[in-house]
Amino acid sequence: MEELVNIFVKSVFIDNLVLAYYLGMCSYLAVSRTVQTSVGLGFAVIFVLGITVPINYLIDNYLLSRGALAWLGPRFAEVDLSFLTFIVFIAIIASMVQLVEMIIEKISPTLYNSLGIFLPLIAVNCAILGASLFMQERNYANIAEATSFGLGSGVGWFLAIVGIAAIREKIRYSNVPAPLRGLGITFIITGLMGIAFMSFMGIEL
Amino acid sequence: MSENTSNQKEPLFSYRNKKLISNPIGKENPITIQVLGICSVLAITVQLRPSLVMAISVVAVMGISNVVISLLRNTIPPRIRIIVQLTVIASLVIIVDQVLKAALYDVSRQLSIFVGLIITNCIIMGRLEGFALYNKPWPSFLDGIGNASGYGAILLAVGFIRELFGSGTLMNQQVIPGFLYDIGYVNNGLFILPPMAMIAVGVIIWVQRTRDPELVDAS
Repeated sequence: MEELVNIFVKSVFIDNLVLAYYLGMCSYLAVSRTVQTSVGLGFAVIFVLGITVPINYLIDNYLLSRGALAWLGPRFAEVDLSFLTFIVFIAIIASMVQLVEMIIEKISPTLYNSLGIFLPLIAVNCAILGASLFMQERNYANIAEATSFGLGSGVGWFLAIVGIAAIREKIRYSNVPAPLRGLGITFIITGLMGIAFMSFMGIEL
Repeated sequence: MSENTSNQKEPLFSYRNKKLISNPIGKENPITIQVLGICSVLAITVQLRPSLVMAISVVAVMGISNVVISLLRNTIPPRIRIIVQLTVIASLVIIVDQVLKAALYDVSRQLSIFVGLIITNCIIMGRLEGFALYNKPWPSFLDGIGNASGYGAILLAVGFIRELFGSGTLMNQQVIPGFLYDIGYVNNGLFILPPMAMIAVGVIIWVQRTRDPELVDAS
């Protein structure tokens, strides 16, 4: 249990997907104009990460990685399908996003309306594929740890996008040099936020 | 497909086709103007060498995938086009990944997951959706190469700045002479850290928009 909390906190703050690895930047920059929309996208990302990371964990450990097919019999013990990782992961993510979209539409039309266009966008959000690939690289011990990592990464992404959206709403009233307005200043603020988040680095959990 | 032949009417490097390459490097740069494909720019530009390898990989993937999608454009059912595009890109990225692992293993370790993330690089999806689906193979190829070069140019610029100031080297060769260190010059360690990539891109945008005021974001 302690281990799970550690992984969660580590992926929210120390290994924050946006501010430490710069993943999911495209939507992070494009959708952070107002706090309201960024909250919607943030929740959608938490949701999709919490689902796709554990599924990809199962796929990786029971189908793709070296020796994963051993449960089929000794003949398959040496099979290594890891070169298929990318194509399988992206297919899982794209179909999960589609599925999640349909389920939400059925169960909660209000949530569906508020997430709306963001759900399909998430399929090509690098943060989602990135989290699955990090999960593969870090060799988590079991599915609970992978889930905790997925949810933690999602929460970290959520915090980062809500933070930048709030700053961008305020900065509209400041006198930024004209060529820096919009995109330029957003990049620099994100850099500064990244420096702030680096103070978490080196914390051992 | 027979569309290829219609190029005969138009010289291969007509004015219009040249624009397809030169525009994305300058005025329609995918990174500084269209804000696409930012993720990888920031993570892998600590040194010039991985930036160069990444730029070449993206040029290859983008050129080929644009041609493939353009050839298939009349046969892909619109409803499943995203899956088809992702499959084409993912297959090409797998090839690039395997080639890198075989030929340049150290760089491939350094790039780690970012080779895989070429799949979700929004520039590629964006150009497939926006250009290759409606255009013939040759212009699509040029468009792909052009946009990937625009991306690569920023990648190399950021990699150059970060390696020069951060480690005093370029392509792992010492360029800042030793006597400067003797009289007190110190490498700026901040440039090795990822946040400086953000700030470097911010400054590049600043410079570009100062030189070309029509690009300024009004909002």
